[in-house]
Amino acid sequence: MNGLGNVFNLLAYAAAAVFILGFLYKVIVYFKTPSPLNIPTTPGPKTSGGVVMRLIPEILFFRSLLKGGAAEKILWFGGWVFHVCFLLIVLRHLRYFTYPVPGFVMSFQQIGIWAGLIFPLALLILIVRRFTNDRLATISLFADYFVLLLIIGIGLTGILLKYFMRTSLVEVKAFILGLVTFSPAPMPDSTMFTIHFLLVLVLLVYFPFSKLMHAWGVLVAPTRAQADNPREVRHMTPWA
Amino acid sequence: MADFKTPELTGAVTTPKITPGASRHIKQFIAKPELMEKVGFPPQKASDWKEQFIRKMGEVLKKYKSVKVFLDICVRCGACTDKCHYYLGTGDPRNMPVYRQELMRTVYRKYFTTGGKLFGGLAAAREISDELLDEWWVYFYQCSECRRCSVYCPYGIDTAEITMAAREIMDSIGMGSKYNLEIVHKAETIGNNLGMNPDALKSTWEFVEEEIEEKTGVRAKLPVDVEGADVLLATPSADFFAEPHIYSLEGYAKVFHQAGISWTLSTHASEGGNFGMFIGNYNHMKTINKRIWDAARDLKVKRVIAGECGHAWRAMYAFSNTLNGPFDFLQHKSPQHICEFTLDLIKKGALKLDKSANDEFTVTYHDSCNVARASSMGNTPGDQFTIPRELINAVCNKFVEMDPNTTGERTFCCGGGGGVLTDEVVEIRVKGAMPRMQEYKKIKDSHGANFFALICAICKAQFTKVFPYYGIEMEEVGGVHQLISNALVMGAKEGV
Repeated sequence: MNGLGNVFNLLAYAAAAVFILGFLYKVIVYFKTPSPLNIPTTPGPKTSGGVVMRLIPEILFFRSLLKGGAAEKILWFGGWVFHVCFLLIVLRHLRYFTYPVPGFVMSFQQIGIWAGLIFPLALLILIVRRFTNDRLATISLFADYFVLLLIIGIGLTGILLKYFMRTSLVEVKAFILGLVTFSPAPMPDSTMFTIHFLLVLVLLVYFPFSKLMHAWGVLVAPTRAQADNPREVRHMTPWA
Repeated sequence: MADFKTPELTGAVTTPKITPGASRHIKQFIAKPELMEKVGFPPQKASDWKEQFIRKMGEVLKKYKSVKVFLDICVRCGACTDKCHYYLGTGDPRNMPVYRQELMRTVYRKYFTTGGKLFGGLAAAREISDELLDEWWVYFYQCSECRRCSVYCPYGIDTAEITMAAREIMDSIGMGSKYNLEIVHKAETIGNNLGMNPDALKSTWEFVEEEIEEKTGVRAKLPVDVEGADVLLATPSADFFAEPHIYSLEGYAKVFHQAGISWTLSTHASEGGNFGMFIGNYNHMKTINKRIWDAARDLKVKRVIAGECGHAWRAMYAFSNTLNGPFDFLQHKSPQHICEFTLDLIKKGALKLDKSANDEFTVTYHDSCNVARASSMGNTPGDQFTIPRELINAVCNKFVEMDPNTTGERTFCCGGGGGVLTDEVVEIRVKGAMPRMQEYKKIKDSHGANFFALICAICKAQFTKVFPYYGIEMEEVGGVHQLISNALVMGAKEGV
């Protein structure tokens, strides 16, 4: 095991810890912060089962975005394609984390590769709209461009690794499996892989402290997650 | 004050170009120290106001999940940017919901997030300052808490929650809205937003009785403080004197009379509205709401019915059970809306109606935001849209709908809701009404609409003020119960 390998192993553990603990911390804070009043956006479901049915299409299909005009249709397309590709890419990458590789992960290999190619294009839509529309340009912050560029960077380095600057998959897998099994292995000898890997760590560390927490927030925003049932249930305010 | 250009009526709502600062000069009056103290807030900004401000913000973040989650998770996707009527009417970027929220989010980052503390300006974090506070003052009083943005947001982020929190924070450092706090004070001490004492109320109600008798030959009573009545009616006090509100009050009285239902008004709880909601203050909202429940208990009524008012209905439907419930002393444990009640009577055949009485009108219906997006009626989600329309169709022959992108849950605010209905900001009211005015203009041109029906006292006051700016007669605005009143055949009772 070389010394540099150890540094990367440590960085990976640190990033994973920040991501997991940071995410959990936010989940707990959101859970513990009370909703003093019943504020679902109406018309809304009257039961918690109905709330689930309200949230599923929001999460799977970004339903509310589809209520908007042309700008939101473009956003919907870019955003939805991006999220689906991201999911497929993650599923494909599970092959590096598992041994033996489960069958379902293998079945995502080809579609995962396509997703990886479409991925930067979807992100391109998301970034271009930010400076071609005067309203978007006004509201966009450094953080918005930063995270898009970061993810584009991850995608492009991934494509380079796959098609142009191939590295030893055996070494990559040994390294990742080493991380997963807490028996550190050396970092593969590939600058491109190192960049790809570090960018992912940056994303993990950044995630819980950023707007990326919408991934959890979409589930707990009281305007959608509450049932419209003030007549049936007395909604209590813990602090009043 | 009125030195501005009313938007042109073209019949189309177009998204304006960004014009920074376009409505920066439109400000509500700040409450004087005496008023602030009367409603329990610090009289004015103290030297350590910044510390107070941040402390209060921290408290709000711990008390309201909505604020905490919404400040964290907005991705600035922009779906809301062209949904606010104030943005559409002014082009001021601060009236884009996300950019209005940014005024709070930037402070949140500075004091409450790791990124903001570490990276400051790079993380778009700003210290609170006099200049930033002034922007808060301007733009958090240019939000009518109508929730339209929330409908289009992929996460349901509701600017109304942010606005209410912002006003609460400003109140807590001694910076309150004169208009809103005067009303809160009057509602809490006298019992209604207009500050009418019991004698004034009684003579007004007697006058309405006389009006009804003069028009119909039947004296439908407006009973006052009657113990043991079945129904307590809690309606916005504007219904007692303002036009066209008062015609709906006549309508309620005639409906109760014809259906033979014993009812009463209360001099103690002579207000349905609740401005405690607009300033985001839980305790004021509770205090104002409590008068209704005290009156209901004292008068031993069986049910409470809310008159035509949007935010009053939200307070009674969605909040009162939390604030002052449970109401197990009532036979109907939660308040009902007058529209639910009247429609039920019509379906039972308790009222004799002559639709032709409204034949001069081609009616369209404006969904008011607090009814549409913040409360419900009936038993099924969406009944708050169908019930008023069923009522209109029961009493009118000609009913036409405005563009479906601007009705139902997508309805445009009148431009005067959420504590913005005050004359010093008439410019933002006129411009904020623009989207709805365009749609009304469109339906007038295409279908000859000439009656703009609604069930909200604030909408009624706002549109009667704003219609003339757009060259439309204010008499075209009216309540649903005004139409019912026209069609209701008085005299021979059909019985329930």
